[in-house]
Amino acid sequence: MGNYRVLAGPEAFLPPSAACAGVVLPDPGQAHIHGEIFHEDVAMEEAAKRFLSAKVPTIFPGPMVLWNWNPKSAKKATAIKAMYDELKDHNPGALLIPMPDYRPKYPKINPEIEINPNHPNLTVWHNKIDVCMFVGVHCHQANLSLKIIRGGTNCYTIAMCAMAGHEDAMLSFRDATPDKIWKLVEVIKDVRKSL
Amino acid sequence: MGKEKIKINDEFYDIMPPEYQELVEEATYGKESRGWKDVGEAKELIEEHSLCAGCPESIAFRYVLACLPKPEDTVMVGSTGCTSLVFPHVAVHNIHSLFGNQNAIASGLKRTLALRFPEKVKDVVVLAGDGATVDIGLDMTLQSWFRQEKFTTICFDNELYANTGGQESGLMQKGFVGKMAPAGKKFDKVPLPEIARNSGCHYVAVMTVSKPNRVEKAIRNAILVAREIGPTYIQLYTPCILEIGKQMMEGLQEMRDSEGPGKRFEFKEYVSDEAKVFLDEMDAERKRKKKALRAARAK
Ligand SMILES: Cc1ncc(C[n+]2csc(CCOP(=O)(O)OP(=O)(O)O)c2C)c(N)n1
Ligand code: SF4
Ligand SMILES: [Mg+2]
Repeated sequence: MGNYRVLAGPEAFLPPSAACAGVVLPDPGQAHIHGEIFHEDVAMEEAAKRFLSAKVPTIFPGPMVLWNWNPKSAKKATAIKAMYDELKDHNPGALLIPMPDYRPKYPKINPEIEINPNHPNLTVWHNKIDVCMFVGVHCHQANLSLKIIRGGTNCYTIAMCAMAGHEDAMLSFRDATPDKIWKLVEVIKDVRKSL
Repeated sequence: MGKEKIKINDEFYDIMPPEYQELVEEATYGKESRGWKDVGEAKELIEEHSLCAGCPESIAFRYVLACLPKPEDTVMVGSTGCTSLVFPHVAVHNIHSLFGNQNAIASGLKRTLALRFPEKVKDVVVLAGDGATVDIGLDMTLQSWFRQEKFTTICFDNELYANTGGQESGLMQKGFVGKMAPAGKKFDKVPLPEIARNSGCHYVAVMTVSKPNRVEKAIRNAILVAREIGPTYIQLYTPCILEIGKQMMEGLQEMRDSEGPGKRFEFKEYVSDEAKVFLDEMDAERKRKKKALRAARAK
């Protein structure tokens, strides 16, 4: 692994992908924090702390969990909503902003109510989001968005990825299932109690 | 299938932007009688378009979408040009292909869908401009017809390269001077409908989009024949009002002026013998159903 660390930006107009900078993906059961590999439990705690100490913690659900296209997506939706409710209970400023699809919207998106992978920075800036989590976004679009956010904003990004994880997030889980999302909800509750 | 695959998870319904809620509530997926009359009534499958105001392509696009027999099981293939500005707003699966490649992409797509979903009907519909269909993509267009690929090709014929500022296209009429074709077209409009017929298309239609009933019938015929028999082709005159110097309210009149007897876009239809048998059977079946429905109501 190189020396590059995936940190909150703004990094550059067009930052290199973290993979190009030598960041590798975690193996099953692991996660990465800033590009370093940890046991998934460690990352769960770190994600919970980041969320709970944020001014505007935000979850960005993507098409794969917004749309009820199979039973798994419905289960994930329930878990994600529970996570949001927990965050909102802790901090009324918490947000839940959808990325319904990936089309380049004209003439512009409404950054208050949605996020678009082609200019995710608009939504982050507009709502002053300092910690966010992507979930249910197809990998290619998530990578694109995560890179743009890292490039142009100071937002801390977390990816709850259903595949192999995202180097371009500051913290990434892999193999997300409804159970894994529920586990993070529980960890958030536990960490909250200990605050 | 209809709408059951196009549902929002309950937890997120209230945070979805309104256009998605409307799409799920009101769009005409799964409605057997869908057609051009749904435009403006039901939620359209185009959310908004970024064409010039009054561009006839925009209404033609709406008719095409409204007339797809099974939008939820249709994949459209587009190409570069003014139409490609609309595709990102279309709530039907679509693929943007490299300029001119649309019929090659559609060939592979149709075959793959048939292998992947043998138990389902999946329609593939190409929608591209005249530059893409007749000039840069002519090879792909013709080869797909020669090979009897089972999908529909729709050409939005505005008789020039609109998206790049008005260069000459094969479908431009002889003598026309474009903004970027100052010398004037030196040869005749390519007779693509005749070429389509001779290249193996089973249903060919040429028209303007001034008469939505006619457009609807042609689109349905073309897609159903392509599904069952082989390639079909529709050429629609969608004048580029910007390049021919018309105002935004003048598109319809321009189409009407171009479709009279002997004019470039006089309605023409060709149906192969095989397709004719199929369409006649379908028509008879439709009439039978209607009659049965009427009889049942009368009881
Ligand atoms: C391979 C390739 N060659 C050239 C272009 C440039 N180009 C973009 S749109 C266009 C003309 C499109 O004309 P047409 O297919 O008639 O569509 P219209 O815009 O008129 O609807 C051209 C040449 C391109 N995008 N890609
Ligand atoms: S340039 Fe012509 S074809 Fe393109 S959107 Fe404008 S009027 Fe329509
Ligand atoms: Mg054209």
